[in-house]
Amino acid sequence: MSLGDSSSPLGRVRGLGSAHHGGEHWLTERATSIALLLLGTWLIASLLLLPKLDQRTLIEWLRSPSGAVPMALLIIVGFKHALDGVKVVVDDYVHEEGNRFALNLLLLFLAVGGGALALFALARIAFGAIE
Amino acid sequence: MANARPRPLSPHLTIWRWGPHMLVSILHRATGVVLSFAGLAILTWWLLAISNGPDGYSVFESFINWTAFGIPWVLLIMVGITWSFFQHLLSGIRHLVMDSGAGFELGINKTFAILTIVGSVLLTALVWFYVLGVAK
Repeated sequence: MSLGDSSSPLGRVRGLGSAHHGGEHWLTERATSIALLLLGTWLIASLLLLPKLDQRTLIEWLRSPSGAVPMALLIIVGFKHALDGVKVVVDDYVHEEGNRFALNLLLLFLAVGGGALALFALARIAFGAIE
Repeated sequence: MANARPRPLSPHLTIWRWGPHMLVSILHRATGVVLSFAGLAILTWWLLAISNGPDGYSVFESFINWTAFGIPWVLLIMVGITWSFFQHLLSGIRHLVMDSGAGFELGINKTFAILTIVGSVLLTALVWFYVLGVAK
């Protein structure tokens, strides 16, 4: 290793791996996974605990802070984790550099676009007029 | 960062001998891809439908309850996404444990792998029996 003996384990892996991004991407993926452990369990538990799953009940739920805030976090963290995860699959199996770059860019646009759309829908529910 | 020799790439499916741990490993990827596309698409569409007034939501509901030849296909896909969620969650926990350096002993690793599948099937069944029971 060119960095010599003083480098930390994290310092030694920076820039390595098939994506050349070292440990940062890996660490982010773990951090978002732990957040999604909580947020995913929250979503399933909330849906099971709601008295009904009709539109009125769902709107009421998503207008309350205890519904809207975790849902916003679930959208942001969920799309980020999905992007990070699918990128690993692409980096592993798409070996041609141009194709890999194009595919990763497409996935980035998809994730940011999809996340924005979901956040917009949530905002419209949370801040919209009660029908 | 330039390396003298190319970094190793992940080997493809054909290299590995099939076993519970290998199956759970590839299922983690497969379910992750399913959740990333189908899961997030359904979540986004569901939120849009809720925000779209009564007409928007009824379109979504009739899509979910769509049947052909007496079989509710979309509902079955939803069950598949639910299973993917629990399988990915449980094997995700397994990966977090393994990231800490624990659980690599052959017996424990195999047992843990089998447990993720048993757990995900059980949790999916519980959730859907409950949901369909309440809906009736």
